[in-house]
Order: sequence, then structure tokens, then C-alpha cells
Amino acid sequence: METELSPLAAVTIAILGGAIRVSTPFLFVSLGEVLTERSGRINLGLEGTLVFGAMTGYAVAYLTGSPWAGVLAAALAGSLFGLIHGLICSLPRVNDIAIGIAMMLLGMGLAFYFGKPYIQPVAPDLPSISLGGWSQLPQLRAALEVNVLFLIGIVSAVLLWWMFRATRVGLLIRVVGDSTDAARAMGLRPAVIRTLATAAGGAFAGIGGAYLSLYYPGSWNEGISSGQGLMAVALVIFARWNPIACFWAAILFGGAGALGPALQSVGVSEGYYLFYAAPYVLTLGVLIATSSPTRAMIGAPGELSITK
Amino acid sequence: MAVTEPGLTGATGGLLSPDGWLAAIARRSEAVAIPVVALLVGLAAFSLFLLTQGKSPVEFYQLVYKAGFGTAFSWQNTLSRTAPLLFAALCVALPARLGLVVIGGEGAIVLGGVAAGALASVLMGAPGLIGLPLMALGGALIGGLWIGAVGALRYYRGVNETIASLLMAYIAIALMNHLVEGPLRDPASLNKPSTAPLAEQLRIADMPGLDVHWGLALGILACILSWVLIEKTTWGFAARIAGGNVRAAQVQGLPVGWLILGFTALGGAFAGLAGFFEVAAVHGSANASLATGYGYTGILIAFLARHNPLAIIPVAILLAGFEASSGLVQRRMDLPDATVLVLQGFVFIAILISDTFYGRLKIFAPERWSTA
Repeated sequence: METELSPLAAVTIAILGGAIRVSTPFLFVSLGEVLTERSGRINLGLEGTLVFGAMTGYAVAYLTGSPWAGVLAAALAGSLFGLIHGLICSLPRVNDIAIGIAMMLLGMGLAFYFGKPYIQPVAPDLPSISLGGWSQLPQLRAALEVNVLFLIGIVSAVLLWWMFRATRVGLLIRVVGDSTDAARAMGLRPAVIRTLATAAGGAFAGIGGAYLSLYYPGSWNEGISSGQGLMAVALVIFARWNPIACFWAAILFGGAGALGPALQSVGVSEGYYLFYAAPYVLTLGVLIATSSPTRAMIGAPGELSITK
Repeated sequence: MAVTEPGLTGATGGLLSPDGWLAAIARRSEAVAIPVVALLVGLAAFSLFLLTQGKSPVEFYQLVYKAGFGTAFSWQNTLSRTAPLLFAALCVALPARLGLVVIGGEGAIVLGGVAAGALASVLMGAPGLIGLPLMALGGALIGGLWIGAVGALRYYRGVNETIASLLMAYIAIALMNHLVEGPLRDPASLNKPSTAPLAEQLRIADMPGLDVHWGLALGILACILSWVLIEKTTWGFAARIAGGNVRAAQVQGLPVGWLILGFTALGGAFAGLAGFFEVAAVHGSANASLATGYGYTGILIAFLARHNPLAIIPVAILLAGFEASSGLVQRRMDLPDATVLVLQGFVFIAILISDTFYGRLKIFAPERWSTA
């Protein structure tokens, strides 16, 4: 039985489905950035890592025929980028924000350079799970086609949250992030821990990129990411460096990103480009609302350069 | 402790410094030698990358030289691309004096261009002497407001200027697409939505005897004026203090808020002028060609020049040459167009790594050369 949906319901369902689809890269990049920033460094280069991960994932999935091999390769490539960022930042008097900008440029350049031959070929998609079988509405069923990586992202968020709260590794990262001096007094080596945290964070961003090219939008081209990696960095501030909050923030940003396509799907084309800008405006609004000129941000790691 | 080289004993102390002229040269050359070596290391790293790709670095640099600097024609091509890069680099270098990393100049370029294009369609009948300054003013004003807003957000709300400026660049590009494909679209522009073509008197001519438009001369002038502002005025001095230590500057009663607003707005105004010149001298109307990444190359130029406005001029010419030659390099060597991006990435990382060497290399220490 087929019922006609009201435009409002159609848009709502489209945004819900879009939020689930669009949020996954936000979720992975922001989890990676939480890991890095909790150790006291900021990696602004995750936009480049995301794009390079998208290219690597797509190329390897195409060459091997296995999308999961693509995801693995993207994670490895991402951790390599993180490792380079971490090692360079370990040198004295090198600015982590500037290195991030340079890594963003290099990541995109290398991705476009090596990705040229893979724009045409079709790589296998990542599988998804239907969670909407209970519904009569085809739109809702389509919206609830949930990709496996989305679920892995949720599990990772919970695991990271638990790690920071209750494990030795999580505590080490937090100590290093809150005070270099305290960490040194404990006999820890802050630069090593930060470099490893940045490498692990890069792996998350690489997986986020593989999701872009292997599921949604599901192809490799040079316009595959339009600032998602950067927005995810801002999202971490909004989420107060809490992995669980990152999940909700990613859903919110995903919904904003789905606004333009959702309205277009019901025939609203007026001001399309302005709706397209919604996620950026939302990110900026959230940054303005959560920043403060006078007091340090609640929950911020003490050694983080952007909040000092 | 003064360490004297055997060959230098007996040399008289120079007039320039109490330690002798060699010490003075050593101290001053650090600021030039380290960036130049870093640039060469970056280019060498890129050469290794080309070798792994089975391409000849020698052929690459020969082609860059030929297409960027080898002939009068290639110089014209390079210098035409230099103009927007000068303005874009100033948009990074001026806020950098206050310790701010503003990377969203692309947004101000794009909106400055749209403002110029929109004003041109209103001023269709105006004489060039009135119309062009108004268009330039409009572009500079929008650019100044756009990047000035980044400074205001930083000062009044503590919003990170790096992230905010890049987000605003994305918003600016969306705004441009909306305006150029909607309210400001010339119905006659079918394949590439644009604003109405500029009237003949509103187009900027080339400089006499050259095939390079006036944007280059004004860009160089802007660099010189910015250098004077930073090095020779009390504002520039105050900005450097505030960039070093905001609290100390506030305790001294310096108007930190006004400095941040002024320097970011001025940088944005320059970027807006880049958009104006792109529209009035190159494209002839405002369209998506405005967002070609000049703003991002400008970031690299400013860092390579160590945020010194005078050093921006040669660095911008060098990078413009690389961009001017990219077409020929792609065709001749069968390389993708992203090759220039890879090159820029290598150079950028090399220059940032070189930050770690300032004050740590003995060869630049005046004591080593001291003869006093």
C-alpha cells in the first residue's frame, strides 16, 4: 500500500536518512580529532587526510575488489599522515596549526595526483543493513538503510569514551594533554604519546574518507569533500572533547548537510546554494556560541593551542 | 665567549656592529638563508617524489623555467598571475603580525569580485574614472568586512580565527554561487553563469608597454605600504607587541581590539581588491572562475616570506611562475594538474620544519664571527 506523504514529512524523513548517511564521516573525523586533541595537539590537516583516505580506499577497493581492504588501506594511509604530522610537531618551535594547513594542502595534492586514474572506474560499495523493514513507507525504509561503518562509528565512540574514562592508555593521553610538565614528572614522554595519538586519529579520519568514496556519495572525484574534515575539527570543540557528544554533534551536522538535498528532493530549488551553506553556517554559529574570550573552555585539554 | 677563526685574527672591527661586519652579516643572513634553504629542500623533496614517479626533475624544472620565466611572453603570464597572489598573501601576513593565522582569504577574494561585478552592472553608463574607483572600493569594503568579522569574532568571542576564516570561505563561495546563478545572473550567460559583462570603460587596461594589468603595480604598492605600516609606524610596532604577548600589550594600554580589527580588515580589503582586479582586468564579469585557489596559494607565499610584505613580492613571482607553467608541464610530461599542489605541499612542510632552526645554528651566531 502506497500513501502520499505530506511535503513536511517527506523532508523530515529525507533529513533523517541524510543525517545518518552524511554524519558518518563527521563522526569518524571528530573521533580521530578528539583522540589527537586530548593528547594536547590539534591536527587541522584532517581535511587532507579525509580526502587522501577517500582516494586510497576507492583505489584499493577497486584493485582488490574488496571494499573492506579499501577501508583498511585508508586507515593505514590516514595513520601515516597523522604520524608525519605528529613527528614534525615534535620538533621544538614548530606550530601545529600551520603544519595542519600544510598537511591539508599536501594530502589533497597527493590524493588528486594519485587519484586521477580512479575517477572513471567503479569500485565495490560498502554493505549496508536495512533497519527499516518494519515500516510501510518506502521513503523511511530507504532512510534506514544504515551502513556498517556508521554502526562501527557508534561502537568506536563508546569505546573511546570508556578508554578515556577507565583505561591506562586513556589516562596517559589525558595527562599528557592536560599538562606537559605533570606528564614529564611522571616519567612519560609527551612527544611520543602525542605522535601516536595523532597517528591513531589520522586512521579514524582515513576511514571517514573511505566511507565518502565507498558508500556515500560512493564515488571518487576531486570534489568529494567540501570541508567536512575541517567542520569535524570545529565539531570537537562543540562536543567538548567527549566522544559520545561527538556522535550527537555529527548527527546534527549531518542533518544540516542533508537539508539542501532534502529540499531539492521535494522540488524546492530556490536558494539551493544557500541551503548548501547550512552546515558551514551552523558550524560557525556553534563555534561562536561555545567560545569565550575570557574563560578557558570547559573540558578542554590544558595543552591545546587553540584554547590557550 | 668570542671564538675567532685563525684567518680572522687581526681583522679590524667593522663599523656596522661592535662585533665586526662578519658578525653583523651572520646575524642578518639567518632570516634569508633559512627560508631559501628550506625552499630548496622542499624542491629537492619534490624532485625525489618525481623520480619515484619515473619523471625527470631536470625536465620539470627546465619546463617551469621555460614557461614561467624563460621568455618575455612567459614573464607576462607569470606577472599577470602575481597580482592576485600579492594581495592574497597580504591577507595572511598582516593578521600574522598579531599572531593570527587567517587562512580564509579566498572568501574575501570571491566576494570582492562579486561586489565589483555587481557594482559594474549598476554603473554601466558611468565613466571609468568614477566607476572603477567605486568598484575597487566596493570590493575592498566587502573583503575588509568579511575578514574583519573574523578578527572581531576572535577578539570579542574568542573564536579560533583559523577555523572561522576557512568556514567563512566556504560560505562566501556558496554566496557567490547563489548570487551569480540567481539574482545577479546575466540571462545571456548560458554555459557559465556570470554577472553582466563589464562595460568597456570599466575594464582595466594593461600597463603601458606591458601585457600585464595594473593590478601588479598596485599589488606591489600594497606590499610596500604594508611594510611601511608594519616596520615604520607605531601601529605596526604595537601590533608586533600584541602578537608577542596580548596581556603585556593590554597592560601597556595598547588598543588590542582595534589593532586586531584594523589588521584583519586591511588584509581582507587587499584580498577583496584581488577579486576586483580579477573581474575588471581578467574575467570581465564575476563568475565561478573567481574561486581558483589564489587565496590558498597566498597562505603558502606569506609563510615562505615569513610574513614580511617586501619578501612577499619575489616569493609571489616565483610561485606565480610555477602556476603559469603548470599547463605546459602537464602536457609535456603527462602529469596530472594536481602536480603543482603536491609541489606546494612539499615546500610548505619544508618551510614550517625550518622554523625549528632559528637561533639554533651556530653559523648564524654573531659570537662565532665576532672579532671584537
